[in-house]
Amino acid sequence: MLTAVLLFLPLAAALLLLLNKGATARALALGASLLEFGLAAYAAIAFKTTGSASFNLDYAWIPSAGINFHVGMDGLSLLLVLLTTFLVPLILLSAFKHDYDNPSAFYALVLFMQTGLLGVFTSLDAFLFYFFWEVALIPIYFLAGAWGGERRVAVTLKFFLYTVVGSLLMLAGFVYLYLQTGPAAGSLAAHSSELSAFYNLKLSAAEQSWLFWLIFAAFAVKMPIFPFHTWQPDTYTESPAPATMLLSGIMLKMGIYGTMRWLLPVVPLGVSQWSKLVIILSVIGIIYGAIIAIRQRDVKRLIAYSSLSHVGLMAAGVFSLTSIGLQGATIQMLAHGVNVVGMFFIADAIERRTGTRYIPDLGGLTRRTPILSVCFLVMLLSTVALPLTGGFVGEFLLLAGVYQYNAWVGAVAGLTIIFSAVYLLRMFQRVMLGPDSSFSETITDLTGGELLILVPLIALVFWLGLFPNSFMSISEPAVTSLLTQVGR
Amino acid sequence: MTFAVGRTFLFEAHMTSIILLSVFGILNLFLGFLRSNKVLLPGAMLLLLAVFGANYADWNAEHAPYFNNMLVVDNYTVAFTGIVLLTTIVLLPFSRSYVVAGEQNLAEYYALLLFSLVGAIMMVGYDHLLMLFVGIEILSVCMYVLAGSRKRDSRSNEAALKYFLMGAFATGILLFGIALLYGATGTFALSQLATAIATPANASLQPMLYIGILMMIIGIGFKVSAAPFHFWTPDVYEGTPTFFTAFMSTVVKTAGFGAFLKLLAVALPAAQGFWMPTIQAMCALTLLLGNVGAAAQTSTKRMLAYSSVSHAGYLLIGLVASKGNLTGDAANGIFFYSLAYSIATIAAFGVVKLVVDHRQRDDYAGLNGLGRTNPLLAFVMTVAMLSLAGIPLTGGFFGKFFLLAAAGREFIGLVVFAVIMSMVGLYYYLRPLIAMYLRPAEPDATPVPVDGIQKVTLAFLALLTIVLGIAPGFLSGIL
Repeated sequence: MLTAVLLFLPLAAALLLLLNKGATARALALGASLLEFGLAAYAAIAFKTTGSASFNLDYAWIPSAGINFHVGMDGLSLLLVLLTTFLVPLILLSAFKHDYDNPSAFYALVLFMQTGLLGVFTSLDAFLFYFFWEVALIPIYFLAGAWGGERRVAVTLKFFLYTVVGSLLMLAGFVYLYLQTGPAAGSLAAHSSELSAFYNLKLSAAEQSWLFWLIFAAFAVKMPIFPFHTWQPDTYTESPAPATMLLSGIMLKMGIYGTMRWLLPVVPLGVSQWSKLVIILSVIGIIYGAIIAIRQRDVKRLIAYSSLSHVGLMAAGVFSLTSIGLQGATIQMLAHGVNVVGMFFIADAIERRTGTRYIPDLGGLTRRTPILSVCFLVMLLSTVALPLTGGFVGEFLLLAGVYQYNAWVGAVAGLTIIFSAVYLLRMFQRVMLGPDSSFSETITDLTGGELLILVPLIALVFWLGLFPNSFMSISEPAVTSLLTQVGR
Repeated sequence: MTFAVGRTFLFEAHMTSIILLSVFGILNLFLGFLRSNKVLLPGAMLLLLAVFGANYADWNAEHAPYFNNMLVVDNYTVAFTGIVLLTTIVLLPFSRSYVVAGEQNLAEYYALLLFSLVGAIMMVGYDHLLMLFVGIEILSVCMYVLAGSRKRDSRSNEAALKYFLMGAFATGILLFGIALLYGATGTFALSQLATAIATPANASLQPMLYIGILMMIIGIGFKVSAAPFHFWTPDVYEGTPTFFTAFMSTVVKTAGFGAFLKLLAVALPAAQGFWMPTIQAMCALTLLLGNVGAAAQTSTKRMLAYSSVSHAGYLLIGLVASKGNLTGDAANGIFFYSLAYSIATIAAFGVVKLVVDHRQRDDYAGLNGLGRTNPLLAFVMTVAMLSLAGIPLTGGFFGKFFLLAAAGREFIGLVVFAVIMSMVGLYYYLRPLIAMYLRPAEPDATPVPVDGIQKVTLAFLALLTIVLGIAPGFLSGIL
């Protein structure tokens, strides 16, 4: 029941928002998202750490086709629900800093998207999962499209077509799996799209081999993994800052999460057949993203490529099929979500002050903005994976997982840390330090309202870095049971 | 008690919807003498609502066939009748512009719509090939007239002439097919046809039988605009006044598929080996030509015309998957798909009509900035496009899902092809959304005027589409 409330509270708030304007709308949006976070926190406290899902709700949704509205949370889902509910209020707060046209609709779409995201993380039925998967896409398309930059039409069209084509392939895979459940003949009502029913299918290696790509198509595009990434930098750059935060902070995790829950245990033979290729692609993505990031002159684009590089490592960790790799991916999903939202927020804060995010135009900002510089540095160092920060724990575990899989691959993947130090510190040096620019004297430091967004993020960075076990212990049984399904 | 008496007296037949529609159609003609268009629109809507209620009362009222087994009113008939009635009810408010403009022939238009509904109901309720023919003719003749209703517009005249010539030709082929079928089996009744085909008395008549079946498929294929008999569709849809285009692309198609499924499932199950590959080929071709054709359009109306061809393709998958079964998953899928498609199409045509009437241009750019000037219209159009594209949260998604899942077990190749084609569909359904939300309106653009009743109807259509997309359970699997 709690899960259902979590799912529908943002939706209800989104509908209410359409009737409100101005300050009321802001208060309503923020209040709803905070209440949502409170509920998720309550769920975390009441959560009993086991390998199976808690807070289940199983309702016969379309009985004539054997489809159930089945939601629930195990440790892995819970952590992502926590991440989503934690980030959405902050993203809303950052949206308040802008003067968007028709702000109520903007906030409503953010909350609507939250329902989709939470649905993805809690669904235990394949069609419900697909349903929420697409529900999450529709609002972000409009957020990026209607409030985006100049090239938004072409960019969002590309984004939409890429992701929908990917998810249609996933749907085709799910339909195939669904038709394999239950008796071979008879009506649709005899089939089931339950996750557990998919887990129990015993399909041949040949079937799993192509099913792997059908299902993985959706996840690979969403993460995105090289070479399915071409929509990503443009979309991140052209979207308004809050939409970029949603895309990179949370939506990207849909791909990793989907792989862990709906790919590895469902087609384990397909995974063992293709994991090597996926890991190679991921490592290519790590290096490719990093090298391109070095060359970027737009702060937002640089962060976008950095995100591409980091998500490659997460994917490699997941496909290493080791407990430590999956745990690392889980922690890194949280850490990356926090880092990237913080980074994009700071990039946005600088752009709001200077009107540009073009690196050569900036420089010497730090003198007037000590607080901004410190916050920027913390977020940046966590992204670089400096010890004590969340990024370190996540990347360390991931690299350990990949190393277990293959030492050489681990070594190459480890370059990500060096590369990210290069491009991020270089950016910091050129934007915040370096020779003075026309903005050095006029720029103002962070306001209290902005700190309100950054302080929770920074707190979580250190919490993740210092006490990772408080999160890892939640996800561990879930990860173990996933790996049991995979047969490892 | 009085109700029971009334029922025995008038409603005994249970063909209430046909009787009422005929009576109301004539009544409407007399209402025309009042010379008051204001009465006509609510009058016609109320009459149709009454028919809808009467039709609903026939649900589960199993009854023996009428007129020497020529017409049956079973749940199948009632379900499809329900779709065409609902479609027409929600369509009527978009004739407001005729009311406002003081159109002189409005009463005749409404009467023709009601009469054509009689034809549509006969097409889904027939149990005898002559009844099918009569139904198709009643529907078609009304549509020929309505296509040319804008008498002084050459495009409307062209549409009517094209539709009539092609339609008359197709009807001839259909009738020829019926005659050959009769020649081969000696009967018009569906169930006797099935027996006669299953146990042929004279093997030398087999070629005649198959030619007859093929001709019938061609005839009905023309009516539902299935490729390769779809060429008339874009031109006729474009020239016909939008109000009647919407009727054509929903009611005619729904009734056509109701008739098609019944023909294949009740009369021709034994000839499956013959029609199955034919329908499969038509299905693939229709999906291809409909989707690729729609992607190439620049006019919203022509895009919707090609999109209606592509939807005929998806519905043909249902015919393939039904494998001659009138009640299974595939039949339910066709029912649900027709409903979701009709609602979304009426919503889309409704918005397009309002916008084109006001802005005088029917290309995508005509929709520019609609999200700013008319948020409601833009929202409804969005829901309609997403539904037609088969995106979740809308009825169109479940329509496609039910059909493809029903077909998936045996016709996986066709399903994969349909999925690929629906990816093409995404491209052209997204274009109106891009115009409405992502492109600015002309600087001097004023909001499109929308009447209260049209607002209510549009909101209802969007809501119904979303309800079908969230809780399809109440209508899926009713057959």
